[in-house]
Amino acid sequence: MRVKLTLCLVGIIALLVAGNPLVIAGDLDPFLGAKGTLRIAGGTAHIPVMKEAAKRIMRMNRNIKITIAGGGSGLGIKQAGEGLVDIGDSGRKATEDEIKRYGLKMFKFAIDGIAIVVNPENPLIRMKKSEIIDIFSGKLNNWKELGWKDRETNVYTRDASSGTRKVFWKKALKKGEIAKTANFVKSHGAMKSAISRDPYGIGFISVGYLDDTVAPVSLDGVFPTLENVRKGNYKISRGLYMNTKGEPSELTRFFIDYLLSKEGQKIVAEKGFIVVKQ
Amino acid sequence: MRPSIEKLVEKGFLLSTLLSASITIFILSFMFLFSLPLFKGGKIVEFLRLGWNPYEGNFGVFPMMVGTVIIASFAILIATPFGIGCSALISVFSQRRFGRFLRKLVEFMTGIPTVVYSFVAIFLLVPLIREIFQKGTGMCVLSASIMLALLILPTIVLFLTDAFNSVPKNYLNAAEALGATPVQKLIYVIIPSAWKGIISGLVLAAGRAVGDTLISLMIAGDALQIPKGLSDAARTLTAHIALIIASDYESPEFKSIFVCGLILFVFTMLIVLALRLLGYFEILRER
Repeated sequence: MRVKLTLCLVGIIALLVAGNPLVIAGDLDPFLGAKGTLRIAGGTAHIPVMKEAAKRIMRMNRNIKITIAGGGSGLGIKQAGEGLVDIGDSGRKATEDEIKRYGLKMFKFAIDGIAIVVNPENPLIRMKKSEIIDIFSGKLNNWKELGWKDRETNVYTRDASSGTRKVFWKKALKKGEIAKTANFVKSHGAMKSAISRDPYGIGFISVGYLDDTVAPVSLDGVFPTLENVRKGNYKISRGLYMNTKGEPSELTRFFIDYLLSKEGQKIVAEKGFIVVKQ
Repeated sequence: MRPSIEKLVEKGFLLSTLLSASITIFILSFMFLFSLPLFKGGKIVEFLRLGWNPYEGNFGVFPMMVGTVIIASFAILIATPFGIGCSALISVFSQRRFGRFLRKLVEFMTGIPTVVYSFVAIFLLVPLIREIFQKGTGMCVLSASIMLALLILPTIVLFLTDAFNSVPKNYLNAAEALGATPVQKLIYVIIPSAWKGIISGLVLAAGRAVGDTLISLMIAGDALQIPKGLSDAARTLTAHIALIIASDYESPEFKSIFVCGLILFVFTMLIVLALRLLGYFEILRER
């Protein structure tokens, strides 16, 4: 009798376990017995995805601590190379020199577009490439010249560590000059709040950060939508990378694999970026 | 027994003094050592004269030096009259209890983190300044100077009230006996005999204004130009260091920030020296 009861219970538990979607999900499985801390720093475009992934992992296994910091792509690469963090995020490829010096390994987990943004009050949301180059170089410094108010254009750019700035400078400005009068901000979040508060501001931001508080500008008729970035119609895009010094350690490996798994890529899509694996 | 303990305590104090003094000297020589390559290459003149243009290989910090000096001097200029006014109210004009309350309030102000000031300024001051000037972003020399003035005001006020309070009572009584009004007392008796304290207060305040990072980083705009007016965005040396520190250790950008640190150090030393000299001449004159 007792044996039967036990068997019955075991059967029920087994059924419950098998039927539980959390356990079936599988992509988080490697973290089950894991333990330790994982330090991530660098690119600020990455933060929403990193945060969501970290939240899910830490919720499942409380023995894992994941810390996420910004600082920019340059900082991410530097800190990963010096062993200060386990993963250094960057919104650009590491340079030959950086890879050689630090022995970096790159893992691309998403593709991101860089949108030019203005304040929603600004009606000029269709511009030509040449106009963008002129605005950022300071040659065109009044909105009146484009047919709006007689107010100066306030150009916002990012600090030296920004990978977004490097990519934007290369692909949108054709390595043209950025005006000395430009204001500097230190992250995507700061860029968004600066533009949303300044009616006469113009800046650039990751497509994943776009929302109602800023207005994306179309370049030669192409709006920076996810669709356009994915199809390659919108040219100012870049990969988002995780960099490790040499081969990643076990926990780091799990994290990278997780972001490249089905569930990880779903997070990437949910946060407004383009997946690298279907 | 007694004297030996006395000696021991004295030695202890000497040791802690030496330690703090040597750390200052150590930092100075550390920065000098790291900026030596720039001095040796003869690049230092270019460095001090030119602007920041990494793509062309120029890593000059002249605009930042100008930015620092302008923003800090305006802050002092704004804060000094307010400081004198506040301290006069606290120690001369108001009832003792109200004065004490005001002083407590000012003491509380010293504890407000600069990031809070900058944060509030972004929402309240910056849009206002933008609309007043009708140009620029509102993140400019004037915004940063106003907030810096607020930051250094408590330092000035606390020093000034102490200086005002330490004016000998019999001077004041004598002035009163001659029929001086409180305002006359302040102008002819208190300020002239408290100038030493005023100078110390201003020295410390100037040091804080030059050294503060977050206010100028967050609301001065951090542009690379040499500011030509109050509504222009500018970058201070401290903000420059904060912005560049994230770049590669091997890069010339990174190496250049040691020189920025050295310049900041020299700036503060010059301020202290200048004001001390002023005080010294004043003493000679009095004799």
